[in-house]
Parts: sequence; structure tokens; C-alpha cells
Amino acid sequence: MKSGAEKLTGFGASVKRKEDPAFLRGEGQFIDDIHLPEMLHAAFVRSPYAHAKVGAIDKTAALALPGVHAVITYADLPEEIRRQTMPLLVPHPAIKQALLPYALAKDETCYAGEPVVCVIADSRYIAEDATQLVEVDYEPLPAVNDCRAVIEDGAPLAHAGAESNIAARFPVKVGDADRAFTGAAHVFREKIYQHRGGPFFMECRGAIAQYDAQSQGYTLHVSSQGSHRLKRCMLDMFELGDHQMRVIAPDVGGGFGPKGSFYPEYINVAVAARLLRRPVKWIEDRRENFLTTHQERDQYWDMEIAVDADAKIIGVRGQLIHETGAYVPWGIVLPWITATTVPGPYVVPHFKLDVISVFTNKIQTTPVRGAGRPEAVTTMERLMDRVARELKLDRAEVRRRNFVQPEQMPYKVGIIFRDGRPVTYDSGDYPASQAAALKTADYDGFAKRQAAARKQGRYLGIGLANAVEATGLGPYESATVRVATSGRIVIYTGATPQGQSHKTTLAQIASDQLGVDFNDITVVTADTATTALGIGSFAARTAVNAGSSVHVAAMEVAAKAKKIAAGMMECVEDDLELADGYVRLKSAPDVKKSLREIAVKSIGMPGFSMAGGLPPGLEHTAHFTPDQAVYSSGTHVAEVEVDIETGEVNIVRYTVAHDCGRVINPMVVEGQVIGGVAHGVGNALYEQLAFDENAQPLSTNFGEYLLPMATDVPHVDLVHLETPSPLNPLGIKGAGEGGTISAIGAILGAVEHALEPFGVHIAEAPISPQRIVALLGEHARGRTK
Amino acid sequence: MADTRTIAVTINGKPHTATIETRMTLVDFLRHELKLTGTHVGCEHGVCGACTVLVNGISARACLMLAVQCDSQQVTTVESLATDGKLNVLQQAFQDNHGLQCGFCTPGMLMTLTEFLRDKPDPTVAEVREALSGNLCRCTGYQGIVDAALDAAKKLREGAR
Repeated sequence: MKSGAEKLTGFGASVKRKEDPAFLRGEGQFIDDIHLPEMLHAAFVRSPYAHAKVGAIDKTAALALPGVHAVITYADLPEEIRRQTMPLLVPHPAIKQALLPYALAKDETCYAGEPVVCVIADSRYIAEDATQLVEVDYEPLPAVNDCRAVIEDGAPLAHAGAESNIAARFPVKVGDADRAFTGAAHVFREKIYQHRGGPFFMECRGAIAQYDAQSQGYTLHVSSQGSHRLKRCMLDMFELGDHQMRVIAPDVGGGFGPKGSFYPEYINVAVAARLLRRPVKWIEDRRENFLTTHQERDQYWDMEIAVDADAKIIGVRGQLIHETGAYVPWGIVLPWITATTVPGPYVVPHFKLDVISVFTNKIQTTPVRGAGRPEAVTTMERLMDRVARELKLDRAEVRRRNFVQPEQMPYKVGIIFRDGRPVTYDSGDYPASQAAALKTADYDGFAKRQAAARKQGRYLGIGLANAVEATGLGPYESATVRVATSGRIVIYTGATPQGQSHKTTLAQIASDQLGVDFNDITVVTADTATTALGIGSFAARTAVNAGSSVHVAAMEVAAKAKKIAAGMMECVEDDLELADGYVRLKSAPDVKKSLREIAVKSIGMPGFSMAGGLPPGLEHTAHFTPDQAVYSSGTHVAEVEVDIETGEVNIVRYTVAHDCGRVINPMVVEGQVIGGVAHGVGNALYEQLAFDENAQPLSTNFGEYLLPMATDVPHVDLVHLETPSPLNPLGIKGAGEGGTISAIGAILGAVEHALEPFGVHIAEAPISPQRIVALLGEHARGRTK
Repeated sequence: MADTRTIAVTINGKPHTATIETRMTLVDFLRHELKLTGTHVGCEHGVCGACTVLVNGISARACLMLAVQCDSQQVTTVESLATDGKLNVLQQAFQDNHGLQCGFCTPGMLMTLTEFLRDKPDPTVAEVREALSGNLCRCTGYQGIVDAALDAAKKLREGAR
């Protein structure tokens, strides 16, 4: 099919990214780079209390400030917006109370930062000035902060008038755990606290709304992970027809999950644009980002593991208390993913988890890179380390004895995933993954390194963690491949990149089928006007869904091009191939028709019948609909040095073995995995959103909340394994989150191992230097001096 | 109305005169008055480094400076690096080493490294990481950026332009 030159840029090639030159020249177009004529600027008055009744609002002084155009409260919103709360994105019967916010607070605020008033002015400076002049009467109410305390009798309610603080409760079960636990040789219990901070993409959120009076419709530019889902939310809120809302995501400066949510500010800028008949821009500042962008905070696990005398797992059971925060925009998606990820690569014959998702008076939690999986993996790996310690076995050996074996694939775990299908691992070789990681990390040589360091008074530890990750979640992603009558090729897709290189990788996939260089293909993403249906980029789903759709669409276009060319050239299709922008005779490459000529032929001529009865246009739209998730897997090995005086953890060596099936672009996958590790390092050691007992946020800037820096993140040695998925035409699996998912478990294990001589047990993430010193107690050398 | 002042500032070698509010930050002046949107705003409190520019050749946080402070000064931004659209050595090294993903922190990274490599043409890995520690990136894990810096340093030492 392909000539040698084309192979260099197609599937499997580490081509340089198409996205880069514009970004490097400072010519990217992010949301705040868009300047429209007559544009106004929004700023929000936000609740200073975590929980309060909202009384009278006096906007007189704000309206009197020169340059202020509108001061919008709940009462000023259009009737259709006042009537309904924001949408529940994924309904589920386990949700007991589907509490969701209004676009502006109606009479109660349930987290600090909840928007109460929207001010529109000539500039952001004036808009912010005016927010200070709006007077709101608040009556503070008791706020709930700790998600364990909120389910106790007599706890204050996060929402006045709610029946309880429980948002949802559901069991996850495999076999009969209670029966299996009786008579087990060993049962160990672990209570683990995990906190995952927030996404902290470098570009804050933002949106620009334009209103067109003639169509009574809107154009919304928004820094988002999925234009089509946002459009649907806006259509529902504003009760509009499909033609009245166009949503476009420009370049997006990171998303990591929470940019895929629907936020009240987007509604408000649209309301203001209609009211004032001028474009309205809102750009989140970093303080707002800390207060109001969704996070993924607290989980409390109380777990038991039962093993036989040989350390083989009999069962795992326990309870998970998950904090959903003030509202439940994504329903139970996050705790559900967490719960179903626990068994991971291990055979767990009996499993029982009681999951309780609870309200607190804090910004809601929704998936952040890894989406609940890092917590599940950390919990399971802590249990595995505990078994090893108690039975005095090597930690890698305990895992080896419990792996699902490659010959057991496809392997049914016995539980139902969030895609509604049984958790069935499609493919993977978990023992090989661990073996490869241990070899590259020189696990066998570690004892020697540790002993040498100990002689110098330095404490080294090594830890490992395995994970299996559901990726490529449905329902589908759209892709239209179209050859214009100029011969130029474009792919339109609902996929919405935020750094994942879709414009490069999707072009690579199509280039194989179309016989052109990937640079000859333009990829247009995330514009609801160019593609009817779309879902967006999250859950490590785009390579699988959009990639497969592009592959199918490009194949169809290639077939159609051959059919038309065969008619033009009076030969049979089988004698033809696509190469270098032409359809040509395999036997005589100089006999050819250009894609341009074929595209012109394909659209027909006015008044003439279509040749061959083909549907017009050299184009095809595909929506690959996966049957179920496909399962990526991997092993992380972290080697750390812990300073027992200061509690500082230094990661000295880091190894990842990663299997995401067939790889479209190895360079891009490496970048995704290594970047994911950095996120996991932050979750393991640095990132903590602190709140006081009244649920007041205490970390609202990058001085109080630590993102990992270049000096904190280790060099990562990466080993690629490749077990192709049988469930999609390209054999691919997702790669965006695997770097993060196992990192916390591996690092905690390494820290604990380093501190083994002191009997320190780690059951929390993140683990800060202060906590390490506290856990070391009198062993912390500085204290005993 | 707020206090205003007229300033004359040279940006990427080109003189600009403007009457602006005294409270306007340098980054807002660059981005929203001059429409030089390559310089990004990531935190507005001087930690993330996305807004890094050079003022008289020295790196500065454009979110923590007022535009009026740049009166009669020379400001250099990411838009100055490429010549007629052709990437310079450092920019090309970023593409070659996958030193960017979403691209948002990238202009700040480039300006920090422009100053660093000028002053330290033969850095170690540790020195590069230290130099980058004032610029946050959430996508890459820094590895590609470190590799890009070392690659660019090597090529610049070999006389590439």
C-alpha cells in the first residue's frame, strides 16, 4: 500500500508534532488570546463562606461605577436558567440525592467560591473593582469539612433541608467475601487516607460567549475537554435548537479531567452576551481556580485482605468513604471507577466494597488524571506490601504469586465497570510487565545499594506498584475524513486535545490509508459546527475511539477513491493503490489520478447523474463504538532516599514498564507516561488542598499548594511492552493516565521501605516531610540530638 | 477614572508608545494592548513562570511588574525568538525532544532558558533542572524540556544559530 517514504510518518513513527511550531513561536490561540470587537469582561462575586444563606443583594454602588455594564444576580437570570439546576452528567440509581447548583446561587451557597453575582464591565480590572462594591447579606450556616464526620449522627448538613449528607451508596461484590474470610490463614486490616489535590493545568479555565440576535443563538469559545458535551449542556439549560449553539475549544492549556466538567460561569457569560448584545469574556484567575475548578480530594479506606498460607489472595473487603464535595455533577463516576479498579492485575476471588459518597461544603470532586484509579491502586498495593511484611516474603514475590496470567485472557474480574459492561481484561501480560520493570530498575541489586548507603547513614528504599487501567471508554468519538476538491485532506473530530498531540497522531493514522505524508493532513478538533457528534478527550479514550474512527473513515475514503478512479481509468479497483497523493496502477505507477481529480469527480456536476451510484463527496464519517473498555497495564518501581532528619524524600531512580497495546507514536506515548509520573509524584509527596474546620480553603496559591518542580521529578526509565487489544482495528489502548496511576503506590512503598529500620508504616498520601518526621518520632535524628 | 501615564517601551526591538493605567501589569499590556499573546498568564502571583519575559536581558515575571515600570526599557518576549517563522535552535530543540505538550508553559520555559543558556553555555543536568525550577509544567514531567535544553546548549556551542 505504502511507499517507503510514507512509512516514516504513519502509524508507529515518532514523528515530530504538527502542533509545536505555532506554540513555540508564541502563536498558539488559547482562550484568553482571543480578542473580539466590542468585547466585555466578566468577574464574579463569590461566597466567602463554605455554607451560607444568601439574603438581600445591593448592586447600586457597583452599577454606579463607570465602565460597569451589568450586575447579574440569580433573580436577573432568564426564566429557563432560574428554573433548573445544572445537569447531572451521568445519572445512576445509586445516587440518593442528585444535588446540583444553579448558575448563580439562589438562596444558599454550599462551598467557598460559589458564584453569587456576575459583573460585566469594559475591562477585567473594572469588573473586579465592581465585585468589591456589591453588597451581599450572608447568614453563615454550619459547614462540614471532614467526610468521615459528616455521616455521623447529628452532623450538620452540607445542604439545608437535605435528608442526610449521603450522596450515594452502593456495594461492589465478587463472590462471597464474608464467607471466604472465615478460616483464612491470615487477615490483615489497613486504614488508608488518600488525598489527590486538583488538576492544576497551567492555563486556567475561560470562556467567551457571543450572541447572534438574528438566529437567537450563541457561539461559545471555551477552554474545555469536550465541545459537544458542553453544547448539549448549554442547549438543555437555554432550551435551544441544535442550530442555536456552536461550541469551539481553541488551544487548551491542559485539562486533566476537570476541564471536561460543565461550570456555571459558561452559562453566565452567555446570559450576559444576550443581555448586552456584545461578546463577553471570562478568564478564571488562579485564586478562582483553587476555589472553583473541580478537584479530586479525600478518600478514607478501611480494608481487610485475607490470604492463605502461601500469600495467595482469598479475598479483599472493606469500606470506602468518598468525598463528592458540594454537588454531584458526574454522579458516582469517580467512586465507581475507584471501586472497580481495586483488584487490578491480581486474582481476587472474593471482593466486597461498601462505597459511600458524601457531601461536604467544598468544591465538588470529579475525575482528575487517573480518575479514582490511583487511590484504588495505592490501596491494593499497600495491602500487598502488608502481606509481604507480615509473611516475611519479598514484595515482588507476593505479587508474582497473585497475578492474573496471560493465558487467562480475556479475564473476567466479576464486577461491572462504569461503561455498564463486566470488567473484562481484553489482553495483557502482567507478570512480564513486573519482570521487565524490576530488571530495568535493577531490583535484584537494590539490597547492595541499600546496604552501602546505610553505612553512610543514608536511608534508601524501593517500592513497586502494578495497575490495570480501563481505557478507551465509549460511547464513540466522531471522525470525518474529507478530501477537498483542491486535493487537501482534512479530518474533523469531536476529540478535544489539551496537549495529547491528537493533531499529529490522528493524521498519522489516516496517512497510512491515504498514502500521503501526515503533514499533508489537517486535523480540526472540537468545533461543533464541523462535526455533528462528539464526546471529547478524557479517560484515555481518544486514541482508541477517535483513532479507530479515523482509521475506519480513512479506509472508506481510500476505497471510494479507488472505486471512482477505477471508473475514470477503466480498470479494476484491485489493480490500484494510493501513494503520494495519487491513486495509481500498481503495475504502472505513472498511470494515475490525483486525489484532487478524484475529489472533483466525486462531487458530481450540476445536472448530471452520479457515476456508479456512489454517495457524493470524497469523504466518510465514522463513529467507532467500542464494545467495552480496553485495559492498559503497567508496573512502576520507585527508589528513594529519605532524610530522616528533615523527612525529605528524594526519588533517585524511577522505572515504568507500560503496556498500552500498539503505539501510534512512541515519542508521544513516552511524553504522556512521563508527564503522568510527575503528576503522581505530586500526589505522593506534595499536593495537598488544606481546609480549616469550617471548610474554608487554606491553600489558594502555588505557595501554599506545591506542584512538583523540575528539581522534584525524577528522570524516568521507560520500558514499552505491547500486547495489542483485540477489541479495536488498530490494537491500541489508552496511554494518558497510566503514568499517574501506579506512582503513588510505588513511592509510598519505597518511603516505607527506606524507613523499615524504624518500623514506620505509611498509610496516607500525600506524605509530607513533616508527617515523615512525625512518624519517625524520636527516631528523627534531629529530635534526639 | 484610574490614574494613567504615557510610556515609551521597546518590545522585541520595536518602539511602542502608549497611554495606560498605572495599575496595568506588564503581561496585560503585552497581551491585551499590544496583542502579543505569546506571553501567558498562569498564576498572577509569580510562581508558575508562564509569563517570563526578559527586561533589559534579565528574566522577569511579567505578571508581577507594572507596565509603567518598563518605561524606557527593553522588553523581549517569545515572539522575538523565531526569524521569519523559522524556529531558533532552542525552539527547534523543544520540538525535537518533545519538550512541550499543551504548549501553555512553553513561552516562559523558552525565555528562562534563553537567558540561562546565554549565561551558562555548558550546563549539567542538575543545573538545567535548577534553572527550570521557577517554571511549572503540568504536562511533560520536565524530562523533554531538560533534554531540549541540553540539546540546544550542545548545538549552540557547536555554533548553530
